Amino acid sequence: MSFDAPSRAVPPGVLQGLPDGPLAQSQEADAHHAIWELLEAVTDPEIPVVNLREMGILRAVRFGAQGLEVVITPTYSGCPAMGQMEDDVANALSQAGVAARVVTQLAPAWSTDWMTPEGRDKLRAYGIAPPVKSACAAAAGAQVVAFATRRVAGKGLVERDSVACPQCGSDNTTEISHFGSTACKALYRCLKCMEPFDYFKPY
Amino acid sequence: MASYQDYLLHLADNALILGQRNAEWCGHGPILEEDLALANNSLDLIGQARLLYQHVAAVRRDGKSSEDLLAYFRDVPDFKNYTLLELPHGTALLPTSRGDRDYAVTIARNFLYSALMVQVWAALAASTDAQLAAIASKSLKEVQYHLRHAHDWVLRLGDGTDASHARMQAAFDYLMPFTQEFWTESAMETAAVKTGAGVDATAFKTEWEAMVSDTLQAATLKVPASRGFVTTGKHGVHSEHLGFVLAEMQSLARAHPEAVW
Repeated sequence: MSFDAPSRAVPPGVLQGLPDGPLAQSQEADAHHAIWELLEAVTDPEIPVVNLREMGILRAVRFGAQGLEVVITPTYSGCPAMGQMEDDVANALSQAGVAARVVTQLAPAWSTDWMTPEGRDKLRAYGIAPPVKSACAAAAGAQVVAFATRRVAGKGLVERDSVACPQCGSDNTTEISHFGSTACKALYRCLKCMEPFDYFKPY
Repeated sequence: MASYQDYLLHLADNALILGQRNAEWCGHGPILEEDLALANNSLDLIGQARLLYQHVAAVRRDGKSSEDLLAYFRDVPDFKNYTLLELPHGTALLPTSRGDRDYAVTIARNFLYSALMVQVWAALAASTDAQLAAIASKSLKEVQYHLRHAHDWVLRLGDGTDASHARMQAAFDYLMPFTQEFWTESAMETAAVKTGAGVDATAFKTEWEAMVSDTLQAATLKVPASRGFVTTGKHGVHSEHLGFVLAEMQSLARAHPEAVW
């Protein structure tokens, strides 16, 4: 079982050779690569510029007890887009004639640390500032910078991030609201170019 | 006979009832950003409740339990949430509050609950129940944001104008006695601790008190005494308010059982 997306490009034509029954060992790797490649086209319903692999939502393609399984992991517990993503993956598979089950797996919990570098670049180009640091670092720096300059120490508080504006690149930005248009984002404003923008929070 | 399942329901009911209460602000928030914040907060809480109900249904394996059945077809005595979480957003004690809801009460309650749950979820991430541990790891990340949000508003309102200070203080005076319920013993928690899958909230009392007292001090607020009647919501004996919450939440599902979109 692999939790990594393949790094090499899949040669064209592999999909045509994909059998629908149990795969022989030698064919298995190619089939898995073909499915990763196929699912490249499945994008986040709320952020259509990034696909599920780049978001770290698509976790594995593997053989389970009941045949081929595509494993996805939910982002926020209440994210309303999860059902849509599951359907989109299932549709993409069935349209390509691949018999596979979509499995939702909670552990290990999804993290923005799994977002790929190209996914982050695409977010930025789309006008959403990607998470500035790892979620682990955010959790470890358990301090909050309050509205004023006062600092209150306390376990479990999330530190405020210094976020660069995706429009002009200035890091002279300010948080307008912890919570934005979707569960995963906060609302920021750039004090240089004065544009408001979404910030993808570390999770 | 209290069981581990009751403990899971307790965690789920806490999340669902507070999620339902906070969702009352949807479309009525004091400012747009707070409207969004509370809607997001509710989304997280109801999402946590769904995962926990699904887990209970899976553990029961009785072929008929489902998240919908557990959320929509149980009655007041079956719910095991803290009484604190079912209270309306208003307080009759405060003549300055406008309308039915006082945002200070919403913020104070979110703060008091989130300050407990960051500890509880962090501990449950190491639960011997792998599925509960997985749910806890996710919920922890979410509740950290809820705590930050509530914490900042406690500071801003407590250390704000005379009016915002008075309302924030009144909200804590009103709610603090309800937090006594966090530290009372219950058979379901004892059962859950015994299996190694659950934790006893009492273990976090010192850290919770430190967080509350540090924050209230920074916000120039007084930490009110938590004394008086100890509520019993987690034992299924609720205030008069839960029935109204359930009536609103459950009526559609009960009028049209098994309806789908």
